[in-house]
Amino acid sequence: MPKLNMVQAVTLALEEQMTADESVVVLGEDVGVDGGVFRATEGLLEKFGEQRVIDTPLAESGIVGASIGMAMAGLKPVAEMQFSGFSYLSIPQLEGHASRMRARSMGQFTVPMVLRMPYGGGVRALEHHSESREVLYAHNPGLKVVIPSGPRNTRALLAAAIQDPDPVIFMEPKRSYRAFKEEVPADPETMEIGKCQVVQEGTDITVVAWGAMMHTTKKAVKQIEKERGISIELIDVLTISPLDSDTICESVRKTGRCAIIQEAARSFGPASEIIACINDKSLLYLEAPVQRVTGYDVVTPYFNRELDYMPTVGRISRGIIEAIDF
Amino acid sequence: MPKTKLCDFSISYMQVLDENGVVDTDLEPSLSKEQLVELYRHMQWGRITDERMLKLQRQGRIGTFGPSIGQEAAHCASMFCMRDDDWFVGCFREHGARLMRGESLVKQLNYFNGYTEGNIGGNPRNLPISVIVGAQSLHAVGLAYASKLKGEDSVAIVYQGDGATSQGDFHEALNFASVWNVPVIFLVQNNQWAISVPREKQTKSKSIAQKAIAYEMHGIQVDGNDPLAVYAATAEAAERARNGEGPTLIEAVTYRMMMHTTADDQYKYRTKEEEDSWKPKDPLIRFKKYMEDKGFWDNKAEEKLQAELKADCDAQVKEFESQPDFPRDVSFEHVFGTEHAVISEQKVEFDQELEEENDA
Repeated sequence: MPKLNMVQAVTLALEEQMTADESVVVLGEDVGVDGGVFRATEGLLEKFGEQRVIDTPLAESGIVGASIGMAMAGLKPVAEMQFSGFSYLSIPQLEGHASRMRARSMGQFTVPMVLRMPYGGGVRALEHHSESREVLYAHNPGLKVVIPSGPRNTRALLAAAIQDPDPVIFMEPKRSYRAFKEEVPADPETMEIGKCQVVQEGTDITVVAWGAMMHTTKKAVKQIEKERGISIELIDVLTISPLDSDTICESVRKTGRCAIIQEAARSFGPASEIIACINDKSLLYLEAPVQRVTGYDVVTPYFNRELDYMPTVGRISRGIIEAIDF
Repeated sequence: MPKTKLCDFSISYMQVLDENGVVDTDLEPSLSKEQLVELYRHMQWGRITDERMLKLQRQGRIGTFGPSIGQEAAHCASMFCMRDDDWFVGCFREHGARLMRGESLVKQLNYFNGYTEGNIGGNPRNLPISVIVGAQSLHAVGLAYASKLKGEDSVAIVYQGDGATSQGDFHEALNFASVWNVPVIFLVQNNQWAISVPREKQTKSKSIAQKAIAYEMHGIQVDGNDPLAVYAATAEAAERARNGEGPTLIEAVTYRMMMHTTADDQYKYRTKEEEDSWKPKDPLIRFKKYMEDKGFWDNKAEEKLQAELKADCDAQVKEFESQPDFPRDVSFEHVFGTEHAVISEQKVEFDQELEEENDA
């Protein structure tokens, strides 16, 4: 199997799942003829036809509301939001209906839909194209929030999201879309939703990241290991909600130290939730306060300033070292 | 260059049976005696159970609810056109129609007594009550898309009020339905009031039906207190939908005879005189007269029906009140279809806390 970038991995997963299951349909703005603004759905229209690859009117609530109906009638819609910044128009449908139809009907109706959306900064885009707002979705019981970090886990997690019986918000770090390639297996594979992945075992500190931050964090981790000769355990969160706190807390019990890297604004973010879980389950094993390296609680600046506000290799390194040297 | 006329638009109004029971035989749908009696029974069942629920609420035996009294023709006669394999997408003011879809009064009472158990059972193509105004219109479009994709000839009928027609989701639904040409019927029960806001403050449009024009969709306004007009318009819309001719918007002009919900006092914003002026237009009065004129109905039949329905109502209220308690920790069972530690750990905690509370 050739090496793929993340966009190609999305397309591959969609193609494989649409081939395997004819109830899977793709819909969104420009997903058909144009193949999506990031080309993530390229070639699907030609292969599966316009009944299953649907160019919708420009209305995010409409896309999600119609997907909810489709899903209740037995289809598996995979809807695309062009940018996560536009998905907020659909939050009433997600919070009001997608997340709670299972509960409302005590399992009689389910909403097995996926809402894909590119999120995050670092691509020099216009306003509303750079936010990292996973907590808006993670705080809604009934929604699953998945954030892959590389081509292989993108393909495997998107497959799992499509097969999942519940609505999954699938946030794709657009900064990583074409940043690097990775070998993916020839045969379709899935990864379990709701599980973190220990991507590197270590003994001195637990470093936790997700999405585009994984790539930056890996660079920082390599640098520190080389400079300080220490052993770092690196965890990729992958599913923001429901959070697999056991894997993180178990690692912290082993290492006694932890740094969490989050692109999103600091307050009320996933890092805060992870620290609360560590507090519940591993507090007495800590040898240093848990460090957070995060975005700031400001409106995301326009692109000429955005990199100053995002965690960089330097900021991440300093955060990790602070936890080590405490 | 002179301006030229691009298009002309018009919108129709239909009444078949007026408030005096006079029928337009050209427009009269061909319904058998049995069918008419059945429809009348559904409408009466909606009315009687609604009235009973109002009493139960006042006695504190169920929670807040919004009566559908006065709107039975608009929702029952439209539902009467639909098949069991059609999708029913409701909000909360089509009580009689919901009961027509295999849902018992006990279920409704459970729902309005604050239990999700009231949402299950009945026809598997009944969506649960949607409280958020207008959001459900889009679900109907998705359901109809699935029908079309699967090659079924089932139709989705979705109920919403005049207030909902101001919502973005309603307009997105009309637009998607028309562009996709899917089998949906948007049945707007224009009951003149969205809580305290009258119809003329809701929209400047002369009718709600004309909103269909912008979406290149069939639209019609009917006398919503006239069961024959509602039936005829919906039957035509359903036939078009089944034939692949797309969606229809039906505005049924009716009146909310009671308060918005039991938590509301309607006399803060409208007069008793206004309510009284609608009383002669009651759909049940004219329908009964129509059947009497046809020789299908008389006082004896009416007395028998009332006695039967009241007895059924009594029996179901009794059943409702003699049910064993529902389990308390059920909410943890339906968050996700897959097992997750976050939920199962909290369920254990919840059960322990309940036990502590019970011991205290």
